[in-house]
Amino acid sequence: MDFALLRDAFWGLTFDGLALGAIYALISLGYTLVYGVLRLINFAHSEVFMIGTFSALVASGIMGVKVEDDPRTGWKMVLTLLVCLIAAMLASAITAVLVEIIAYRRLRQRGATKLATLISAIGVSISLVEAFRIITHSLPREFPRIMDKTFLLSYAGADIRNDKVIVIVAAGLMMFALERFISKSRYGKGIRAVSMDENTATLMGVNINKVITVTFLAGGLMAGAAAFFYILVYENTSFKVGFFLGISAFTAAVLGGIGNLKGALFGGFVLGVLETYTSAVFGTAWKAVISFLILVLVLLIKPTGLFGESIQQARV
Amino acid sequence: MADKKFRYNVRDHAAEYWERSPKWRRVCLSISFIAFFYALPFLNNPLINTPGSDFQSVLFYPVGMYVLMAIGLNIVVGKSGLLDLGYVAFFAIGAYTMAILGTHTGLNFWEILPIGIALAMFSGALLGTPTLRLRGDYLAIVTLGFGEIVRIVAVNIEAIGGPRGIAGIPTPPDFFNAKFTILDPKPYYWVLLTFTLLIVWMVRRMAARRPGRAWDAIRQDDDVAQLMGVNTLKYKVWAFVLGAAVAGAGGVLYASQILSIVPDQFNLNVSILILACVVFGGIGNLWGVILGATLLAFTPERIRFLSQPRILVFGIALVVMMNLRPDGILPKKKREHFDPNWHTVEESGEGEIK
Repeated sequence: MDFALLRDAFWGLTFDGLALGAIYALISLGYTLVYGVLRLINFAHSEVFMIGTFSALVASGIMGVKVEDDPRTGWKMVLTLLVCLIAAMLASAITAVLVEIIAYRRLRQRGATKLATLISAIGVSISLVEAFRIITHSLPREFPRIMDKTFLLSYAGADIRNDKVIVIVAAGLMMFALERFISKSRYGKGIRAVSMDENTATLMGVNINKVITVTFLAGGLMAGAAAFFYILVYENTSFKVGFFLGISAFTAAVLGGIGNLKGALFGGFVLGVLETYTSAVFGTAWKAVISFLILVLVLLIKPTGLFGESIQQARV
Repeated sequence: MADKKFRYNVRDHAAEYWERSPKWRRVCLSISFIAFFYALPFLNNPLINTPGSDFQSVLFYPVGMYVLMAIGLNIVVGKSGLLDLGYVAFFAIGAYTMAILGTHTGLNFWEILPIGIALAMFSGALLGTPTLRLRGDYLAIVTLGFGEIVRIVAVNIEAIGGPRGIAGIPTPPDFFNAKFTILDPKPYYWVLLTFTLLIVWMVRRMAARRPGRAWDAIRQDDDVAQLMGVNTLKYKVWAFVLGAAVAGAGGVLYASQILSIVPDQFNLNVSILILACVVFGGIGNLWGVILGATLLAFTPERIRFLSQPRILVFGIALVVMMNLRPDGILPKKKREHFDPNWHTVEESGEGEIK
């Protein structure tokens, strides 16, 4: 146990935790959206994220970035970053929609039990992981450094690194955009209506299939963005990258109250910060244990998560 | 629902045949059925052989072990409708009990077995009592976390081997003429089969009596069951504890056969595979679960000649199967007097995790 490290580097750890938390929050939005509409845990969501990281990698290769190159500067850097981000988001969104069509649609229309749907999603998840394991020969891949990572400023002993600032700000913007979309747009209204009551929504003329596709699309876009930010900060990926991030993101969603957008956001940041603190104090090996214990405690004291569940409440 | 009448239903026909049979025929059938399974290691049929791995070893692990664990998990998921995603934790606790006590004390397999089962049951009660008050989805994430925690704790505690695990676990002592050695998996398979038969018998007895009715009620509607005077928490914890006991017994036996265990053997994939066995075969139906576990454990071994993509093929098969038969291969019999006009019966989804 190393409380001195936590005391000395408190603000630095908090900042790192927020960057990690932003990634968790973006992934957990996908879990929360699908849960709000279908009342199902989307087991293949971690693989949607994984495919996003590989797409960013491929996009960087197409843009001609090599691992041994010096970081780019100026508009060239901005362009490369944007192309990678868009590639990751598109690939993840397409994957998420395909997952819905392959694993969920037919079962949903036949009124199958939740468990059958869960197993179907697990099947898709296993297939995707295995496909990428075979393609990558079980080896982790390194992501080239596109931007120069410098310390912008130092506050109370905390070094604020530019890439993490970008992650936090960009994630905040995306979540804001999603929140606007859910509360203002036509499809956002559809999503809220279906999450309230599927049958009544159908009677009111909501096209359930379309709404569900849009839900998966939105979740996929967020996961793709998270994938790009992850690969930007940590600079590596492998076929099993989705697994632990997926579990943490799902924990974050439950922590904040699953089915609730603000809950996912808050849960993501809280979990990211807590995991960073606990890995400083107890060592990285124990961070999963600590966050699990926190989750159990929250559920025992407030079983619906910190913010209560349901997308309807996401209205501001 | 209308076309169901014309479809040939293996499960119902088999059940009908069984019910119409006189007692002598039932006894004969049961004995030949059981004898067939005891004789299975001697069968050398090219159809069921497993090229690339020893057939007798495959019979013990994964096939026999998966069948045992699937029956145990079926008590939790199938009978009482509680989604447990960390079932491997109890298997790991059983295996580690065998490994630690077997290497540090002079106790033999038969003495450690009850200790391992008791420890697994105790941890089941410890995890179950606070968390079974939660709703299904939360239970899923808490059990999922628990499964991972047990593995992480085993990796991080040096006293029990850390990531290297424990080696040199003693084999069970000789039992009459049967010698338990690493080279011969047959005796292990027979012990496992005996366990399985005992547990099948136990589960069938319980399902027909008060606990079985309580589990049925809890699965169909938790609140109504409580309103009707069922002590839901008590029966849920019992389902959890019994499931844990089965996995614990399996773990003790597994450790004594494999001789060395490492924490990474007990990862989330095992929990998910066991759950897939239960759902694939037909959730809640004992014979379906056994069939599902046999198929899911056996298929990757049978298609080992595909080597690299075999897990990929397995994953795709899982998706295709669930899309074609969402209730599993041998689904549980729906209620006897089913009124097709009463749509809510279908919607309430018997066995659904709420």
